Amino acid sequence: MTDNGILTESNAEMITRREAVARVAALLGGVALIGGSALITGCRTEKTNGSFTPFSADEVAYLDEIADTILPTTSTPGAKAAKTGALMATMVTDSYSEEDQQTFRDGMQKLDDLSKDKNGGKSFMAATPQQRLALLKTLDKEQFDYSEQQRIDQLKKSKEFISKAVQENAPKTESQTASAITAAPPNRWFRMMKELALLGYFTSEIGCKQAQVYEEAPGSYEPCMPYTPGQKAYASHA
Amino acid sequence: MAADTIYDAIVIGSGISGGWAAKELCEKGLKTIVLERGRNVVHIKDYPTMNLAPWELPHRGALSRQVLKENPLISKAAGYGEDTMHFFVKDRDHPYVQAKPFDWIRGYQVGGKSIIWGRACQRWSKHEFVAPEKLGYGMNWPITYDDVAPWYSHVEKFIGVCGNADHLEAMPDGEFLPPFDFNCAEKHLRDSLLARYGDRYVVQGRWAHLSQPKEIHLQQGRGTCQARNLCMRGCPFGGYFSSNASTLPWAAKTGNLTVRPDSVVHSIIYDQSKGKATGVRVIDAHTHAVTEYQSRIVFVNASALNTNLILLNSTSNRFPHGLGNDSGVLGKYICHHNYRTGASGRLDGFEDKYFYGKNPTECILVNFRNVGKQDADADFVGGYTTFTGGYRERGEPTQVERVGGVYKESLTKPGPWGVYMYMQGETIPRATNTVTLHPTQKDQWGIPLLVTSVGYDDNSERMIRDWLKQANDMLSAAGCKNIESHDNHQAPGLDIHEMGGARMGSDPKTSMLNKWNQLHACPNVFVTDGACMTSTGNQSPSILYMTLTARAVDHATQEMSRQNL
Repeated sequence: MTDNGILTESNAEMITRREAVARVAALLGGVALIGGSALITGCRTEKTNGSFTPFSADEVAYLDEIADTILPTTSTPGAKAAKTGALMATMVTDSYSEEDQQTFRDGMQKLDDLSKDKNGGKSFMAATPQQRLALLKTLDKEQFDYSEQQRIDQLKKSKEFISKAVQENAPKTESQTASAITAAPPNRWFRMMKELALLGYFTSEIGCKQAQVYEEAPGSYEPCMPYTPGQKAYASHA
Repeated sequence: MAADTIYDAIVIGSGISGGWAAKELCEKGLKTIVLERGRNVVHIKDYPTMNLAPWELPHRGALSRQVLKENPLISKAAGYGEDTMHFFVKDRDHPYVQAKPFDWIRGYQVGGKSIIWGRACQRWSKHEFVAPEKLGYGMNWPITYDDVAPWYSHVEKFIGVCGNADHLEAMPDGEFLPPFDFNCAEKHLRDSLLARYGDRYVVQGRWAHLSQPKEIHLQQGRGTCQARNLCMRGCPFGGYFSSNASTLPWAAKTGNLTVRPDSVVHSIIYDQSKGKATGVRVIDAHTHAVTEYQSRIVFVNASALNTNLILLNSTSNRFPHGLGNDSGVLGKYICHHNYRTGASGRLDGFEDKYFYGKNPTECILVNFRNVGKQDADADFVGGYTTFTGGYRERGEPTQVERVGGVYKESLTKPGPWGVYMYMQGETIPRATNTVTLHPTQKDQWGIPLLVTSVGYDDNSERMIRDWLKQANDMLSAAGCKNIESHDNHQAPGLDIHEMGGARMGSDPKTSMLNKWNQLHACPNVFVTDGACMTSTGNQSPSILYMTLTARAVDHATQEMSRQNL
């Protein structure tokens, strides 16, 4: 879509080619942790692929339940029906750095521990859907408040960047880029889970064809159409 | 010499300009061989991902750790993803030396980067050919807009360019198919800028897409663009122009075309007694067997920097510093486009509007800086084209819960509108921005590695600052909120608009090529890819390469019939 598509950050990234990944970042604010997006932050630290133990069937089932709590069955099937857990496991296995893999796995354990603390010793899998949702809402709020502050800081930095940049004689060393928001504590592992759940679900066949409208070959571009409240969004292609 | 190594014409490279050379030469009846260093890619047959749905891609389009680890450089390229990476080189296969940071993005296959190009096709204005000399930052081209205008038309009619005739001095009209029209946000942006400034024009994208194919396109086997915007996977409909979909099969139909993939060109052979090039030395990519092909003329379309490399590596007693390099200019004045900066903002008020289909084009905010004169308030030279568009995000704003059923439902709806812009800026050709051959290091075919020494200058920094100010003012004028801007500080090269090194010019002492793209000192060799560029202008360059190629072939064949070549 872009002439060479050289756009790298935040909203601008929406219209570049790795649209599905970019959408997740846009929804959550900042830059996604998924492979490829690390490029955007210039973060290319690479460690050797050590002894990562593949996800077990039980772990995938656990991830399915996490994803399904974030994106449950409503008028359309939820994340579990879309096999989102398996995609999350694939992405962590193939795309995450060793460090992030460890963070993610530790997070699965932490989530279980939190569930036990709050729900009378019940693991996440043993907790009721209401208990699961309540727990994830708490975690999400911590993440959101942090991201929101980051977003505000980002806008502020962007404004400062502009005013500095347009000063006549601003030395170029001061042209600091308004850096992307980076996903960070608290509970970075929850951010990872949510990102992957969103990516997995909204690029799944169910997510594309049922939760959204998927047009394999639209046939034409109609640039200005009325939007009827309630009308579903068109799914991205990739 | 076996008969199958003798041709009327050799074309080095099968990308966007090489494909055009092949088409034009074959149509004029010349037996032509196209030498392509990469593998064969046949239209449709060799587009393995063209029809995959998102859920059919193992990582949903994202890159695995392994791919990133093995390809830290090429994976930066725009459009590089799980679904397209087979059309880009692998880092380990094709090393080069960066004396200064330079991301050299390459696609080695039949069709070259024409499969994965950006497809923007604006014409240069008459000013862009003369502005560098007139305004004191470069050298005149040996041609003017009037020389190329009919050839622009020739190319546009064949490849199919959508767009609107806007009658603008800074961006002349062409032979257009119907445009992909503005969405509501874009229309609003256009009206806002015109109202605020009076002379800043947002126009529909001029892109190599068949919005409404004509007979000539149907004859190529191409059809209507389906608005999928999955172009870089290769298009099963032939909806956008590529060598694979268009020029190469067209050339093949004449019976005059031979394409030889896996053919790494080592050098062009110069015969001092004849005073001309006699052919090309090729190394088989796999067996490393050397073959020499002979021809009356050679078109060098290897992509800008590889064309420099081949010429530099084509040494002889007559040309110890590279073929045709009497001036010492070869490999100098490498330039590119400045894509470092962009801005975006949120636009409220169009919640009752939506769109259908994926627009494969972008709107163009036509250059309004230093058009034919130096603006009094500009502290930089050169102009910039701005690409822009309005888009609608998915997902309602997050006032609602962000986990659970209500959240999920909100994500299935379209969200707020936004407007983005980014700059494509002219850069100044400088003798100090160079490519050279490494004195000792060679690639797996024994060809010296290219050394890139290309950097930004203060003019580029000042242009970025101006653009940022203008973009923020314009987004504000359109009523955008939460405006964000950035300078991505990307290295030259990642723009994939590298140009120059064998520039055209009237004076053989300061240029490599004459006004017909012939080497001044070896006129049966033509260079019509990005290497020939005397300056960068501010428009997307590919269509100019195609145009200059068609024009040069016409001249070549006339000269051949006059027995001058």
